[in-house]
Amino acid sequence: MTSHSCLKLFGVFLLALALPDRGIGDEEHSHASELQRQSWTFTPPFGTFDNAQLQRGYHVYRDVCAQCHSMRLLSYRNLGEPGGPEFSAKVVETLAAQAQITDGPDDKGQMFQRPGRPSDRFRSPFPNDQAARAANNGALPPDLSVLAKARSGGPDYIYALLMGYRDPPPDFTLAPGMHYNEAFPGHQTAMPGLLRDGMVGYTDGTEKTLDNYAKDVSAFLMWTAEPKLEERHKVGTRVMVFLLVFAVIMYLAKRAVWVPLHRRRDGAKQSSSS
Amino acid sequence: MASHENSLDPIVLDDEDLSRRDVILIAAGGFTAIGTAAALWPLLDQMNPDASTLSLATTEVDISPIEVGQAITVMWRGKPIFIRHRTAQEIEQAKATPLDDLIDPLARNVNLPDDAPATDENRAVPEREPLLVMIGICTHLGCIPIGQAPGQYKGEYGGWFCPCHGSQYDTAGRVRIGPAPQNMYIPPYSFTSDTKIKIG
Amino acid sequence: MAHPSTYRPASGVAKWLDERLPVARVMHDQFMVYPTPRNLNYWWTFGGILTFMLVAQIVTGVVLAMHYIPAEDRAFDSVERIMRDVNWGWLLRYAHAVGASMFFLAVYVHTFRGLYYGSYKAPREVLWILGVLILLLMIATAFMGYSLPWGQMSFWAVTVITNLFSSLDAVIPGLGTTLVQWIWGGFSVGGPTLNRLYSLHYLFPFIIAGVVGLHIWALHVPGNNNPTGINVKSPAETVPFHPYYSIKDGFALVMFLLLFGALLFYAPNLLGHADNYIPANPLQTPPHIVPEWYFLPFYAILRAVPDKLLGVVTLLASIGVLFFVPWLDTSKVRSTSYRPIYKWFFWAFVVTCIALGYLGSQAPDGWYLFFGRVFTIYYFAFFLVVMPVLGKFERPRRLPGSITEAVLGHEASAAKPREREAVA
Repeated sequence: MTSHSCLKLFGVFLLALALPDRGIGDEEHSHASELQRQSWTFTPPFGTFDNAQLQRGYHVYRDVCAQCHSMRLLSYRNLGEPGGPEFSAKVVETLAAQAQITDGPDDKGQMFQRPGRPSDRFRSPFPNDQAARAANNGALPPDLSVLAKARSGGPDYIYALLMGYRDPPPDFTLAPGMHYNEAFPGHQTAMPGLLRDGMVGYTDGTEKTLDNYAKDVSAFLMWTAEPKLEERHKVGTRVMVFLLVFAVIMYLAKRAVWVPLHRRRDGAKQSSSS
Repeated sequence: MASHENSLDPIVLDDEDLSRRDVILIAAGGFTAIGTAAALWPLLDQMNPDASTLSLATTEVDISPIEVGQAITVMWRGKPIFIRHRTAQEIEQAKATPLDDLIDPLARNVNLPDDAPATDENRAVPEREPLLVMIGICTHLGCIPIGQAPGQYKGEYGGWFCPCHGSQYDTAGRVRIGPAPQNMYIPPYSFTSDTKIKIG
Repeated sequence: MAHPSTYRPASGVAKWLDERLPVARVMHDQFMVYPTPRNLNYWWTFGGILTFMLVAQIVTGVVLAMHYIPAEDRAFDSVERIMRDVNWGWLLRYAHAVGASMFFLAVYVHTFRGLYYGSYKAPREVLWILGVLILLLMIATAFMGYSLPWGQMSFWAVTVITNLFSSLDAVIPGLGTTLVQWIWGGFSVGGPTLNRLYSLHYLFPFIIAGVVGLHIWALHVPGNNNPTGINVKSPAETVPFHPYYSIKDGFALVMFLLLFGALLFYAPNLLGHADNYIPANPLQTPPHIVPEWYFLPFYAILRAVPDKLLGVVTLLASIGVLFFVPWLDTSKVRSTSYRPIYKWFFWAFVVTCIALGYLGSQAPDGWYLFFGRVFTIYYFAFFLVVMPVLGKFERPRRLPGSITEAVLGHEASAAKPREREAVA
């Protein structure tokens, strides 16, 4: 096989990679293939996050989702780090201080509450899984930190889920306490469709619609799952450009070294070694 | 070796071939070196303190609950920080000590130049003399001196006493009896308000 | 390898060292002037690529080990800490994870090259066997490594695969259960299991490195095979490894790194499974437990057999049969280039492996199970029927007399048609 056909195959492969975060293990094939792809700002290879969108998404998370869903891998300081919502340092301190964090034990052996600091992890709505289940009819709201990578379809799936609440079709048996959802596997979930138009206050003029909430919080969840995405794309561009130039140089170098073997005494070319 | 008639023998390169070859080979070598160096950097940098450690590099302490004569210990970068609200008497004692009596004449205060003398003013913050903030680690071999809690033996100079080898510190945290060679260090800190200090 | 050494120490220090530990001499003889057939094609670059990948995995692995915590309640979070807080942690973690896939891609290409060109035939049988041993060690290492993030797939893959040993209960009652509990360090997969998998995962790559050393040694004794499968007849048919193949391997490596980089930077989770971002939950089994792609063919073979013990035996046999290939293939001709009938069976085997890979990712029922069985049968038939039988009856193409003839034959434009055919 020649280096040329290798290059062609490689090019095809690169094109295939332009799809955001697909998993080969999506063996529930029908589900993943029916999923509508949304347009996101962060698709590879050059995608970035939209700071304003992430900031709105954080507000949706905090005002609505965080009532039930923990996000224990995130710290308040992450909200100010590059590649994310990039709230200013002052805002990060304020957002942290708005949360009451459990700390301790103090000198008397008691746990106590204090305002959050940027270095603190996000406050969880429940102290443990059992409390979470007790408050939600036995269902455990999953931690959202890496949810966008823990579900095939990623942010497309999350968006479809949030937009997928409907009245159940007439022939569908809905178990008690469950809610019908078009995107959820099995079509019924313990999570109610809480988001409504106008529910979360947006201050940047973006329309307060369910669609925008769903988009913004899905993008936010992509960031919480992959906070280094922007850096990864940026470093990736540099590395790939370097490697491409390097490949050309190495190819020319290889040809230069092999000249004695490829050019015969009478000047005719021998078969180039493939 | 096969005879020169064998058309498989490598031909001799002419000067044009050689110089073109040299340029490309130098480029190839250069790129290899750059690539290796670039790959090496993350391998080294990953050992530096990570973001979660760096976020704990500063600690804010509310000093308003500390009564006169009381001391608290807080952790900063894994080290104990002694914060003592000194009595007037303790401040007097520290100020009255001639510098020649000190084992270590330097302030050891990172907020001041290295050669600042160990006067009481240089050990505390001007206008906030009652508050002494020190890294509570004995400069001999690293034990944590006692004297923070009420009732603990504070040594002959009323400051701190190190139980490991008997070093004794005065009310400004300066070593008065060895074997410790230096005064306890003052960490980088500043007052963010009348009641709060930020360490680090 | 029966070439006298041409190394001449360049300095006093070099001479001093050479008399005490001839490392430089060995490097010179085996990797600089080492006579290599001049007609090797790009399929021969994967050995160098594999060496690079082994070093890359060890280096990234050791560095990750500085941050990873092998305790069941901290493993998942420690990996996330690497991804979020450790400087360049995301790069190191993805390099290691994607690197494992690239490592297997290269080893499969390298193995198929060996099969196609008859590199396993005498006198290279030990070389081949060492290679299969390396593959086996790689499989073990990758399996253990995948458990470390302690996600749902990590946990349940370990549970399923270690449970296979309990099938030994059918042979000696109680043996399987005892063995499995010994592996687990408990009554189910848990913290002790994770800790020991971590320890062994750290160890095995160094065993692999040792076997790779033997593998290269076993190669250098007879020397490299080449695409014609004809032995080297004279030094004129060889070139020194350096600079000819060092530069060629270098170029191939950069191309390989382009693919590696494309995956790492733009689709690092493409080959992974979403369920492994869910922390391990012993009380909830994922709907479909699937191994990483490089294990899928073996997974399909395992599930093709309805009986548990026989399934395990078949799985082990699918790798075990590889050890016997030098003796299973009766053909006197090394290179498939000159075996027109066998060539069809070979490519059918390649298609079989790919098909088994796809089937391994699907639920084992209906048509998937049926074809899984069909392809499993062909997999074994290729080794146990095609190789021994065809070798005896196939009439190969006329072999070139030498590498020289094969290489020169290409531009023999007025060559006799028969001669042309011989160099296919």
